[in-house]
Amino acid sequence: MTTFEPGDRVRVRPSDKTGHVRTPDYLKGKTGWIESVRGEFRNPEDLAYGLSGRPERPLYKVGFRQADLWGDYEGPADDYLYADVYAHWLERYEGETV
Amino acid sequence: MSDAHDHPHEEAGSGRTSSPYAARIRAIETLLLEKSVLTEAEIQDRISYMEARSPANGARLVARAWVDPEFKARLLSDTKGAAMELGIDASGPVEFVVVENTPKTHNLIVCTLCSCYPRAILGRPPDWYKSFNYRSRAVKEPRAVMREFGFEPPDGVEIVVHDSTADMRYMVLPMRPPGTEDMDEEELAALVTRDSLIGTDVPRYLVG
Repeated sequence: MTTFEPGDRVRVRPSDKTGHVRTPDYLKGKTGWIESVRGEFRNPEDLAYGLSGRPERPLYKVGFRQADLWGDYEGPADDYLYADVYAHWLERYEGETV
Repeated sequence: MSDAHDHPHEEAGSGRTSSPYAARIRAIETLLLEKSVLTEAEIQDRISYMEARSPANGARLVARAWVDPEFKARLLSDTKGAAMELGIDASGPVEFVVVENTPKTHNLIVCTLCSCYPRAILGRPPDWYKSFNYRSRAVKEPRAVMREFGFEPPDGVEIVVHDSTADMRYMVLPMRPPGTEDMDEEELAALVTRDSLIGTDVPRYLVG
């Protein structure tokens, strides 16, 4: 599993995994940045089904520009959003900065 | 529902027994008791735990942070420890993050996936916090949501939304309103509303 450092640009995997997931649909496929590392946590997607959730995996505070999330965002370009995203939902993003 | 199963919260007229959801919860509760997954005492303990918590806890933390910069630093870096200093036991599996409003940044808390909320400090969230309407709109049009709460962020203030997607629970540290320089901690705490701890509003003090 790829791990990340603060400042890395990332993209949320556009996975359509069903069941108990902790990555909201509106973030899937969107690009942002690693703001900080929250630590290592058991995977809630397995815990929800009575599994151990191990090995623990990194959890990141990920920042997104609102303008990158919504095509018709009403506010200024400086508005942004943070969500906590587990490492397995993230991939490195090398593309153009929006 | 067995006749012998008698709860304090099932009193006639409490309003809790009428909805299909309440009936479903009671059915699940009865099963959990019958299968010895939970005991009556554990359920009562949990109800007492939740009822002992309220936004007044958050208001005390904020008021102390306004008058004591060192406490504020601890509240931002170690929320559970700072809460314990005021006798607020926020221990448990989830972590707490306090986000500070500044003249440039205003924070708003939401849980789009369900209803994550700093319950160990503030108790149960308001019903609107759990509504599909708030959860979907807070991330997409936070400024419109705030306007509906009567708060218009000043020009040049950036809005930062925190979506509680993991085991972090967020609370806003609002800014101390102008004109409150002579107030003591208790008076300040009275200005801190539940909504200002979520970020849909700010504490207000009307001079005169």
